Amino acid sequence: MYRYVIKRVLLMVPTLIGAAALVFLLMRLIPGDICVVRLGSGGGSFDPRAVAACHAELGMDRPMWLQFVDFVWGFFRLDFGTSMWSGKPVTTEILARLPISLEIALLATVVAISIAIPLGTISALKQNTWLDVVVRVFAIGGIATPSFWIGIMSILLVLNLSNAITGTPWMPPIDYVPIWKDPIRNLSMAFLPAITVGYRYAAVSMRMTRSTMLEVMREDYIRTARAKGLLDKLIINRHALKNALLPVVTLIGIEFAFLIGGLVVTEQVFNLNGVGRLFVQAVQNQDYTLTQALVMLTVTVFVVTNFCVDLLYAWLDPRIRFA
Amino acid sequence: MSVSAPATTLTAEPDQIRRGLWRSILTFCRRQPLGTFGMALVIIVAIAGLGADLIAPYNPTANDFAAMTEAPSWAHWLGTDQFGRDMLSRIIFGARTALLVGLSSALVGGVAGLVLGVGSAYFGGMIDLILQRVLDVLMAFPLIIMALAVVAIFGTGVQNVIIAITVPLIPRCARVVRSSALAIREIPYVDAARACGFGHTRIILRHMAPNVVAPFLIMITAFVGQAILAEASLSYLGLGVQEPVAAWGLMLQGGAEEYASTAPWIAIFPGLAIMLSVLGINLFGDALRDELDPKLRNR
Repeated sequence: MYRYVIKRVLLMVPTLIGAAALVFLLMRLIPGDICVVRLGSGGGSFDPRAVAACHAELGMDRPMWLQFVDFVWGFFRLDFGTSMWSGKPVTTEILARLPISLEIALLATVVAISIAIPLGTISALKQNTWLDVVVRVFAIGGIATPSFWIGIMSILLVLNLSNAITGTPWMPPIDYVPIWKDPIRNLSMAFLPAITVGYRYAAVSMRMTRSTMLEVMREDYIRTARAKGLLDKLIINRHALKNALLPVVTLIGIEFAFLIGGLVVTEQVFNLNGVGRLFVQAVQNQDYTLTQALVMLTVTVFVVTNFCVDLLYAWLDPRIRFA
Repeated sequence: MSVSAPATTLTAEPDQIRRGLWRSILTFCRRQPLGTFGMALVIIVAIAGLGADLIAPYNPTANDFAAMTEAPSWAHWLGTDQFGRDMLSRIIFGARTALLVGLSSALVGGVAGLVLGVGSAYFGGMIDLILQRVLDVLMAFPLIIMALAVVAIFGTGVQNVIIAITVPLIPRCARVVRSSALAIREIPYVDAARACGFGHTRIILRHMAPNVVAPFLIMITAFVGQAILAEASLSYLGLGVQEPVAAWGLMLQGGAEEYASTAPWIAIFPGLAIMLSVLGINLFGDALRDELDPKLRNR
């Protein structure tokens, strides 16, 4: 197992350095000079000395390779410089918005897993029945529906329902209160966004669970278990699910990337001040230092999640680690 | 007489091909009812997109301040938005934007991925290793994040949105195509082509690429759906297609939430259009995969 872990870590490092190089290059592909764009956003003329000062502030007056080394070194120290828009340290900006996004991401994963695995299993066991058709339509609908539209529709539903029941329309709160301070307010803020993001996540995992369960249920060892006279419940829980869920674990890890993408849009719908919304604001404000840091952060989360999933997979399936 | 006989055979060939094609379509419809439903949705979107100028009852960009947020009626089947623009006309023209972005991103990204994937598998060794590490790096960027980064550089607008969505699709296609091409590389006819002295380009494009077309086509259908969703998301965020161009995601920006309780049709219909077109593409793509893979036919 140790050899496998070392091998995976060694594969992860070049990917992260490559991603850093790509992000670094992308941000330097911006047509024109970032400082000219920044200073000229008001439309007026500007002092060349101000441009030089801006270059010095962003470290752009130094050779390119040195700038890259600085960027990578800063990344390891979690020092991404200051935001070009607010002037505050990028790390402070991100840390202030991280808890809300993290909470929604975790809740969405819980929502997704608790919907996907039971429904996917039922769908496979009741193959070609009306229940299977309903679950499949539900799953394929989740993949086809944009998460921001589900968000808008859920707001519409809550508004009309609360108006019909209580007489006054209710909207989920948008300000973040830690769960340990006010759990009801916290959950009423995070509940709808988590379902919105989690639905798509659940849909993909549900299809995978169904497909792998169908495959496993046709295996010889399931037939043997049936021939031994084991109860269906035992066959499903002990023999089928354990093997069928292996690819689902991988998929949940891979789909985490879509979850991050889903957050970018969903936070906008629900007006939540999370990392996703910060990303959109950074792009809109042409805040390149912040955009660069957020892209790098997302890529790192994605690569590290995949690494953890691979380790989990190897731990669950000995064939992987001994291959 | 002896001359006319082969001529008859030759003219009969296209007819046979046509009949064969119809028979295949009918078999597909019989075996894949959900796929047929998907195909029908795709055809409707394609007709709407291509014939928008002829079908749309109103000019999609014409404001009518006397008819703002009007509910669905005989005059405006799907109502009007906050500027009095006809929703149905904007949805029909939105199909054109969705198809333009969806098809161009999927095709350009797919073809680039196909060439890279087959090339990587064909050359193998160091080239394959380096290319795979580069693809690893590109794959580490979630689609919407990469698209946002590209928009941050090039700016908004239809053309830039197409670039922003195409770039992240390339490595995804290359990865899948490579795995199919690796198996094909080992088949003796590739060695035979090499022994005949054919160049690398000819072997890759004429002998290997046509043999990975089946997984490629399935992937392209999935890419069209993904690209339409990505375009809608970018436009919704205000970072994609810009006003006054009609685009489904853009129609959901601003007005949709503001008028959610007083004019819900502004939020409902564009979302339904996105959902049904992506659903159609996905159902059709799934059915195509099942039809091409005998193992999945009865699943």
